[in-house]
Amino acid sequence: MAVGDLSFELEKGEILALIGPNGAGKTTVFNCLSGFLPPDEGEVHLEDRLLGGLQPFQICQMGMARTFQIVKPFLTISVLDNVMVGALAKEKSTSKAKKKSLEIIEFIGLSSWTNKEAQGLPLPLRKRLELARALATQPKVLLLDEVMAGLNPTEVDELIALLKEVNRQGVSIFLIEHVMRGVMALSKRVIVINYGIQIAEGSPEDVVKDEQVIEAYLGKEFLSAQG
Amino acid sequence: MLKVSEIDVYYGDMQALRNVSIDVHPGEVVSVIGSNGAGKSTLLKTISGMLRPRRGTISLDGNQISQAPPSKIVEKGISHVPEGRQIFPTMTVLENLEMGAQFPRTKKLLKETMRQVVTYFPRLKERLEQKGGTLSGGEQQMLAMGRGLMSLPTLMMLDEPSLGLAPVLVSTIFEIIEKINKQGTSILLIEQNVFHSLKIADRGYVLENGEIALSGTGQELLENPHIRKTYLGL
Repeated sequence: MAVGDLSFELEKGEILALIGPNGAGKTTVFNCLSGFLPPDEGEVHLEDRLLGGLQPFQICQMGMARTFQIVKPFLTISVLDNVMVGALAKEKSTSKAKKKSLEIIEFIGLSSWTNKEAQGLPLPLRKRLELARALATQPKVLLLDEVMAGLNPTEVDELIALLKEVNRQGVSIFLIEHVMRGVMALSKRVIVINYGIQIAEGSPEDVVKDEQVIEAYLGKEFLSAQG
Repeated sequence: MLKVSEIDVYYGDMQALRNVSIDVHPGEVVSVIGSNGAGKSTLLKTISGMLRPRRGTISLDGNQISQAPPSKIVEKGISHVPEGRQIFPTMTVLENLEMGAQFPRTKKLLKETMRQVVTYFPRLKERLEQKGGTLSGGEQQMLAMGRGLMSLPTLMMLDEPSLGLAPVLVSTIFEIIEKINKQGTSILLIEQNVFHSLKIADRGYVLENGEIALSGTGQELLENPHIRKTYLGL
């Protein structure tokens, strides 16, 4: 069993974080929510709709988009075309999809790359492109899987500011993250899982003081060495 | 022991490193920090012979290695633990480790080295028959480092060993790096976890846009206002 008897709610407008050791089942939770791996038991609802039996693309069209831990842009097409693939999930016409995509590219700070091939982007910008593709589907809920991995603290801070703005514009965010700097700055509430089971839930300030969380996840050095 | 002198490295027409010089002395931990795209991984790949400098030289213990094939460079004592672990997912943990010891000298000492490696990584010992691809991210990182030790390196290069790991594992990995170093292996480390990596470093270099912008002891760099602002976000 990868994830057991997990229940939680993401409130409208909330930023909720899911943390836990490597192999705890975090990405599996995302796979259940986004339809890649329907749960064997239990249900997922988005607003008042049951998501059981829906395909990933249908869930995306209903307003829940995700990013992937290992970013995989279409390397040999332009940044604009990459984002348009996302936009076409919602927009019927290519001209509207293009307009929407250009807005998002500007918002996300990739304008100077608009017509360049995605393979030229260094990692932090590829992560932004991943985010742009998800945003282009005009989600109500955004699932972010380790978007801060591999960024240095200053690059993390830039991304935090961007995600706060996304949230301010009305998108609820559910994020998996090991970079605690990001978790602490963004989330209102944190769920901690270990071996697929929830071991704690609360405000980030309270969760990092929880003995079980320190033992299983943070380590004793955490409070003294927040890198 | 390792001396990189004034190297230029290109990807096609694009210059990735410009006049870069660094030294690693015996027994040292040296950290290289810099933004994404600054050229850190390029530097390691050039040292291990996967890329060639267009100008400049690289020597190990006084011997030129900048034109030697990668396998020879490993044999001479430099191992490279790459970013993203790059273990062999369909091979067992044991087979992965054996892949690190393919030279006559290291093959002869394989059993002994393996015993030493599993003392650093007891988790691997419990999983020797398991396929590499079934390990968790932290265990895969340990396996990649273990494989890097099997060639009995005098210098181990680590490219972002803490990437994507839970905080408690990050601390564990850094402790193990210090242990390996105390046993006599010099370390050249690249990390986004700037705080941790400068903390364990004897010396460090800052790479910006392909050039060395700053260098100093780990402590000096941790206290440097530019680094605190640009890399530590303080």
